[in-house]
Amino acid sequence: MTHWIIAPIVLPAVLAAVIVMSMRHHVLLQRIFSIAGLTALIAIAAGLAVQSSGGTIEVYDLGNWPAPFGIVLVLDRLSAMMVLLTAVLALVVTLYATGTDWDRRGNHFHALMQFQVMGIMGAFLTGDIFNLFVFFEILLIASYGLMIHAGGTRRLRAGLQYVVFNLLGSTLFLFALGTIYATTGTLNMADLAVRVAEIPESDIALIRIGAVLLLTVFAIKAALLPLHFWLPETYAEAPAPVTALFAVMTKVGAYSILRVYTLIFGPDLRATADVVTPLLMGAALITIIIGMIGVLGTNRLGRLAAFSVIASMGTVFVAMSSFTPETTSATLYYILHSTLATALLFLTVDMVRERRQGSSDGYATLPAFHQQGLIAALFFAAAIAMVGMPPLSGFVGKLLILKAVWPLPGAAAIWAVILITSLVAIVGFGQGGSAVFWKTRPADEEPSDENAPVETPPAPKQGLAFTAAFSLLAGIILLTVFAGPVMGYLNATSAQLYERQGYISAVLTGPDRIGGDKGDKGHGADAYGDTDGHGVTDTPAAEKEH
Amino acid sequence: MELLMASAIGVLTAGGMYLVLRLRSFPVILGVSLLSYAVNLFLFSSGRLVVNMPPILTDDATGYTDPLPQALVLTAIVISFGMSAVVVMLALGAYLSSRTDEIDMDDPDPVPEAEPGAIE
Repeated sequence: MTHWIIAPIVLPAVLAAVIVMSMRHHVLLQRIFSIAGLTALIAIAAGLAVQSSGGTIEVYDLGNWPAPFGIVLVLDRLSAMMVLLTAVLALVVTLYATGTDWDRRGNHFHALMQFQVMGIMGAFLTGDIFNLFVFFEILLIASYGLMIHAGGTRRLRAGLQYVVFNLLGSTLFLFALGTIYATTGTLNMADLAVRVAEIPESDIALIRIGAVLLLTVFAIKAALLPLHFWLPETYAEAPAPVTALFAVMTKVGAYSILRVYTLIFGPDLRATADVVTPLLMGAALITIIIGMIGVLGTNRLGRLAAFSVIASMGTVFVAMSSFTPETTSATLYYILHSTLATALLFLTVDMVRERRQGSSDGYATLPAFHQQGLIAALFFAAAIAMVGMPPLSGFVGKLLILKAVWPLPGAAAIWAVILITSLVAIVGFGQGGSAVFWKTRPADEEPSDENAPVETPPAPKQGLAFTAAFSLLAGIILLTVFAGPVMGYLNATSAQLYERQGYISAVLTGPDRIGGDKGDKGHGADAYGDTDGHGVTDTPAAEKEH
Repeated sequence: MELLMASAIGVLTAGGMYLVLRLRSFPVILGVSLLSYAVNLFLFSSGRLVVNMPPILTDDATGYTDPLPQALVLTAIVISFGMSAVVVMLALGAYLSSRTDEIDMDDPDPVPEAEPGAIE
């Protein structure tokens, strides 16, 4: 058992506290520590990714309590990949916020950012479903602070909607957990996987309710239709660096669904097999359609980006909902791609907003702004990636998804929806891009209604902001160029996800026998059932019956 | 006792849902609070309802009450307390800066249309 697994959670937590306590008034120090911390986090995450790439599943017992009784952190390929993705994105976003002075426009930007990173990391690493709820709350409460960073009436009101929506989601999460705990008597994911598999006939209805409630909660986080209402306003109104970080927050929902519905309510589980896939698939197809209609129908770049997030989440779930190893690898690739592409799109939209007259991102004809060509090129690249045109990774991702769903029933409908909506998206992005970047009027033209002098906002600082945006673009390009090796890793990842026994025995047999591929598989689950402690700590259901 | 507990959870949830669907932020916050009370009771009862039982199993105990849901409820109470504080502050901020406590938002101020004489 190495202690490195908990480092991605402890490091941002400590750093956030230090930043709040001792450098509240020194933005420069905050920046230095924040960026240094996130760089260290990337190193740690990369180390963890290397460590897990061999296929071992590392388990960390918090407080050294053995698995079903204590809370565990579990590191497998999927967690390691998501942790690394989050660390990279957080660094890029912090660089952008530093470069554009977004972090000076309100208090505690860096501290909240660190707390948010802590919550996201925890959600990816935890092996306990109530602990997942706690980390969700941590990342949400930090996101509430970040969402209203720098204030403003519209932002506050959108923030209120966002908070209320997510509070309802949290309440639902607790209802789901209560149902699951009442039925199975455990909250450890590996233990749940064992208990749910052998659930008695009489409890199947209850566990189905729990499973679907949980699916609803994760769908709220992932902005799946019809639970997406919080997203467009939030993403359009939140500060841009925050929105770029939020690109990974919807993926937390996707990750949770992937984890819970492969491990606990697996695709071959008799109790829930017939609910999850149809529900997810239907919702996902409608999500793509509505998202792309939104892309086409909006008249602001911010909204355009927000709706394209919804559509990309729909694409993710179309691929995910079949829960086969092939579709899961394609899903994971698309998750990587769409996180980077979404972040790039939001940063680009913010650059436009910062430079345009009136800080507007609407499709109005306004004077040309500084660095228009460069930003237009960035927008073009982001748009190509988001709609899935060659040569960027969106194309590869969509191709992989189309290929993976081909053998499945209903493939024709999925193909039709993905291809037609891609066309719609091209039109939508083309409309937005041409309205904002091509249709400009001379700056000296007299403004129509007010006599205020036409002022183009001064050119903001550029270096770090462009570094951030271009490193996202570089990430997308690398993801495209190295699609082969990446897919090799992702195939191993999804194979590991569907090899549930490895995870279960790694968690339940304790830290001394790390790794599902050492020793005989399946032994862990059996050994657990026979331990003498079992009778004492049996489910409350069994104990209270008499 | 089960009936009392179940109906309490049901009434709290129904009241909470009704209030959450209101248009003003104050009832909505009350509704969220009611819902969090309901879910706390629900979590509490997920360990089964027993009276006069110790939460710790000892050699001479004839039974015990499951301590885990009580720990979960404590966590949930702390979190919902913090969240309520956040949402109250946020609602106040939104109210003070926009002079209205409606949850609904109008359309964003309309995008200025291109002037008729603008270059096409």
